[in-house]
Amino acid sequence: MSLIQVNDLVVMFGPVAAVRGVSFHVEEGESYGIVGESGSGKSTVLRAICGLAPTSAGEIRLDGKVLSAPRHPDFYRRVQMVFQDPYASLHPRHTVDRVLSEPLAIHGFKDREARIEQALEDVGLGHGFRFRYPHQLSGGQRQRVAIARALILEPRVLLLDEPTSALDASIQAEVLNLLDRLRGERGLTYILVSHDLAVVAHMCERLMVMQHGQVVEELTRARLQAHDATEPYTRDLLLASEGYRPLTARA
Amino acid sequence: MTALLTVDDLRVSFPTRNGPTEVVRGVSFQLGRERLGIVGESGSGKSQTGRAILGLTPPPGKATAKRLEFDGIDLRDASVATWRSLRGIRISLIMQDPKFSLNPVMTIGRQLIEAARRTSGRAEAKDRAVAMLEAVQIRDPRRVFDAYPHELSGGMGQRAMIAMMLITEPDLLIADEPTSALDVTVQIEVLRILDRLVTERGMGLIFISHDLRLVSSFCDRVLVMYAGRMVEEVKASELAQAKHPYTQGLFKCLPTIEGDVRPLPTLQRDADWAR
Repeated sequence: MSLIQVNDLVVMFGPVAAVRGVSFHVEEGESYGIVGESGSGKSTVLRAICGLAPTSAGEIRLDGKVLSAPRHPDFYRRVQMVFQDPYASLHPRHTVDRVLSEPLAIHGFKDREARIEQALEDVGLGHGFRFRYPHQLSGGQRQRVAIARALILEPRVLLLDEPTSALDASIQAEVLNLLDRLRGERGLTYILVSHDLAVVAHMCERLMVMQHGQVVEELTRARLQAHDATEPYTRDLLLASEGYRPLTARA
Repeated sequence: MTALLTVDDLRVSFPTRNGPTEVVRGVSFQLGRERLGIVGESGSGKSQTGRAILGLTPPPGKATAKRLEFDGIDLRDASVATWRSLRGIRISLIMQDPKFSLNPVMTIGRQLIEAARRTSGRAEAKDRAVAMLEAVQIRDPRRVFDAYPHELSGGMGQRAMIAMMLITEPDLLIADEPTSALDVTVQIEVLRILDRLVTERGMGLIFISHDLRLVSSFCDRVLVMYAGRMVEEVKASELAQAKHPYTQGLFKCLPTIEGDVRPLPTLQRDADWAR
């Protein structure tokens, strides 16, 4: 049985259908990618799993059980999300310590002190960062704090919404390596949303390409690497991600 | 090759509590009728370089240079009148986000005509505006002409802005991350428009971007900036064989679709690079 199953998911915002009948499943310990351009509904799928967007039709199952709305607090012990913009997702007037202790307080953890120290250690930030404010951190450090906040409850699933697109290339590499390492160490399951095919190819074993709220096709990493896409839209994306080429050089 | 633009020892500094801080430190280059890329990470001074060329360094910042010449005109202490005859007419600037660069309460058409009127008469301006919208691959130019910026998608808005910047047929275009806010497939179309203008009209283009891979595939030459300094100038086609460790590191840390290197090589910064 798959860890996460999404069946015929529809998300409506008023009269607008942002997601129109999307189905996929993610196995335990797998890293699954969702690729698409802006407005394709890729982030909305992720937000729907997390309970931040309404499920208008269809169902989302975790461990075989249909998720209730609103989600039970236990859900967030198992599933956590990391958002795109570390400049916007951390409270500007809360210290790193406060950001990390809030989820522990909500879920009634006792050994907060040790867990905060450990979480900072895990994401490669030392003790020295604990009492800083977000404005005293660089973009990459902030995203590390956001990852630490998500991991502090020891979830099994991380939902990653464009975790590196606001970061410089060199910092992106560091954050991707961190995510890769944490998954190996803890057997986490990832669902990663990105517009960057190269990032998804690097991070995920399987991926889904979305356009206009629908699934275009599902690919394995091996097929993506071999440029073995059947749909024209996926081929366009693959071509565009190689960079610019003058028209004459293109057959 | 005659230089369209000559920049020698350009410096931009901002006053801070601890005295002036230089964000651009001695950038020099010459530009002909070609595509020059300026690449760097955030804070490397690449955008400030572009703005300083147009005399748009935001106060209280100050830009100085040993030489800053555009087509024989010294830009260092250019008068207001000189700037007015250059900006938007002979040198244009495209910025990253069309949402902030278009006037939200004017239709695209009126904004285009306003730009076109600077070099042509009233009757002619409208025809040129529509023609320009067609030239940037807008399929329904009449509709876009009468539309307000909020009625357009990001890609369409960016194309409208490019049309506005190009309607005066500038000799030099400074494009500061013109495609970063766009989807990859739209990005390629926008680059194609710029490419045509360089090859057909002989325009000079300064393309400022953080995307090393994109720049290396689009430009002729690339300047790599780090901490306000130019660390390297390379031919775009030889970027993969760049000599400076920063350029190499920046290139290698990008994941690729085919590659399967893990962990990704990270950039080991050297304090000497900033010196």
